[in-house]
Amino acid sequence: MVDRLVQVELENGIAYQEEAMLDLVNLKKVYPTPKGDYTVLEGLNLRIMKEEFVTIIGHSGCGKTTMLSMIAGLNNISGGAISVLGKHIKGPGPDRGVIFQAPSLMPWMTALQNVMLGVNQVFPHATKAQRTDIAKYYLQKVGLEDAFNKKATDLSQGMQQRVGIARAFAIKPKVLLLDEPFGMLDSLTRGELQDILIEIWNKEKITAVMITHDVDEAIFLADRVVMMTSGPKAKIGDILNIDFERPRTRKEVLEHDDYYKYRKHLIDFLEH
Amino acid sequence: MKQSITLGKVTRIIGISGFLETTKSLFTGKLGKEDFRNFLRKVIVPLASIVLFFGLWHLGAKTLFNIEAEYRINKALEEQGPEAAAQVEACIASGDISCQPNTLPSPSQVWDSYKTLLDDHYAISADKVAFKEKTAALNAQRIANGEAPIVYTGRPSFVDQILTSLKTVFAGFLLAFLIAVPIGIVIGLSKTLRSSVNWIIQIFKPVSPVVWLLLVFMIVKTLTKNSNADNAFIISFISVGLCSMWATLVNTAMGVSSVDKDYINVAKVLKLGPVQKIFKVILPSSLPLIFTGLRITLSVAWMVLIAIELLAQSPGLGSFVWEEFQNGAVDSNSKIIVAMFVIGLIGFLLDRIMLTIQKMISFNKND
Repeated sequence: MVDRLVQVELENGIAYQEEAMLDLVNLKKVYPTPKGDYTVLEGLNLRIMKEEFVTIIGHSGCGKTTMLSMIAGLNNISGGAISVLGKHIKGPGPDRGVIFQAPSLMPWMTALQNVMLGVNQVFPHATKAQRTDIAKYYLQKVGLEDAFNKKATDLSQGMQQRVGIARAFAIKPKVLLLDEPFGMLDSLTRGELQDILIEIWNKEKITAVMITHDVDEAIFLADRVVMMTSGPKAKIGDILNIDFERPRTRKEVLEHDDYYKYRKHLIDFLEH
Repeated sequence: MKQSITLGKVTRIIGISGFLETTKSLFTGKLGKEDFRNFLRKVIVPLASIVLFFGLWHLGAKTLFNIEAEYRINKALEEQGPEAAAQVEACIASGDISCQPNTLPSPSQVWDSYKTLLDDHYAISADKVAFKEKTAALNAQRIANGEAPIVYTGRPSFVDQILTSLKTVFAGFLLAFLIAVPIGIVIGLSKTLRSSVNWIIQIFKPVSPVVWLLLVFMIVKTLTKNSNADNAFIISFISVGLCSMWATLVNTAMGVSSVDKDYINVAKVLKLGPVQKIFKVILPSSLPLIFTGLRITLSVAWMVLIAIELLAQSPGLGSFVWEEFQNGAVDSNSKIIVAMFVIGLIGFLLDRIMLTIQKMISFNKND
């Protein structure tokens, strides 16, 4: 067990305890190659609090996705540890929902069936009607109330990713992992989906870790933006707190005085 | 309205919808320049190729006929003198069946044989019905007495042979399906198993149908020593199954082992159990490849069936062809060609049926 209660003291002197949701301790990832071992990540430490939204940015190939899939349990840990609520993770599990870069829907299933696949797994004791209600609720939340019974292949890329979001939230995970979920979408659709994501998130407050390449997206969504150094042996380079109040609107964020300060900070980091 | 929809479906399945639609637009008078080009490509060219095919066939048959006839006349001339030669020539010209040269039949001869075979079928069917009526009372009595009823043992008609062949091919296909799909799934799931049985697949896949038949013959002969089962049928359908199952086996194993990594990751994240993972993720995603395999299997099964029936002396189209060849009657050759067309057409139809099923279950619309 890792001690996960953290003493936080605000500037005005009020102290309280906050619970850590996700802990990465001395995380290391080594890929064996014909020319010897290649160390992708080394000495990576990160603590993410409950109900926190963290975005991770860094150069392509720095190991962001490797880190995320290690948290998801899809990739083995070479050294160090990952724990969720103080418990070391063993492989993948529905306590960590993943929204993949590609929507990864089962193309032979309808939107509803795709969401039900996870819901059935997580709520095996609920009645069929209750499970269907859960799946439908989240599909409605992502604006797909008219597409329950559409085959995944009949949906556009953006709609498919909406189903992906619904599927991830519907299993009520403790941690939500998002691997550049909007990277493949055009900028208009991307904006729409960011709004949908943040709207659901405001309600559910599921601890979220999201990889992105988009600096504006990183600022708009996050409580903290984590910057990773370039590989090999990547680790956390810098962390930027985003102090905008929630719920946020895109307009408010863009017009905020600190916005360009944050943006400059991130871009300066990426350019050096 | 409904009828036209189904008709449209049927023509699309057979693959002549382009032809029909273009012809229709010709008659309804909606013909632009593009339509004209389509009409040329989809109607005129196929028709021309059919005419050309039969024309070439006719000419070829005529040439072969002449070569054969000339040889006979010359032979008569050398052996028996000019008088006999003239007699042979006259006989050939008169169309008397006793002295017709035996060679590639012409299209019209084949058509005649087709009609003969059909008439023959009607005659035999009528005969069967008459037999049934005649023996009905007697058979009822025999069954009441616990004796076996008398069955019709007359010669099978051409249509009966086709039905027998279809029965054999479906039995073989079913066997191939029942063996290849489960084994394919199992070896697709396990890398170790795959590499351990790979050599069997690689070695036995290219083995000729004839050898399979002999192998099956060795085993079935011994196993059925004390029973009066229909040996020829059992041997031929098992051989057909064994020859044709490899495509399905390989495709199923490949489909199961190459499921998109994204789907597997989703299954892992959702922690699906092994049964759920197989039935909800792996099997549906490999279904298109499995069906591609089954389609190949069915067409291979139909192709080897003829050779196997021929060797196993099992009734069916294969033995029909072989008997006609051995028979050497005047119209034997044209009956063989009729059988050839029938075999080709049925093979084509079977393939189309499989293709339609495959399209129906395919989730990827681009396939």
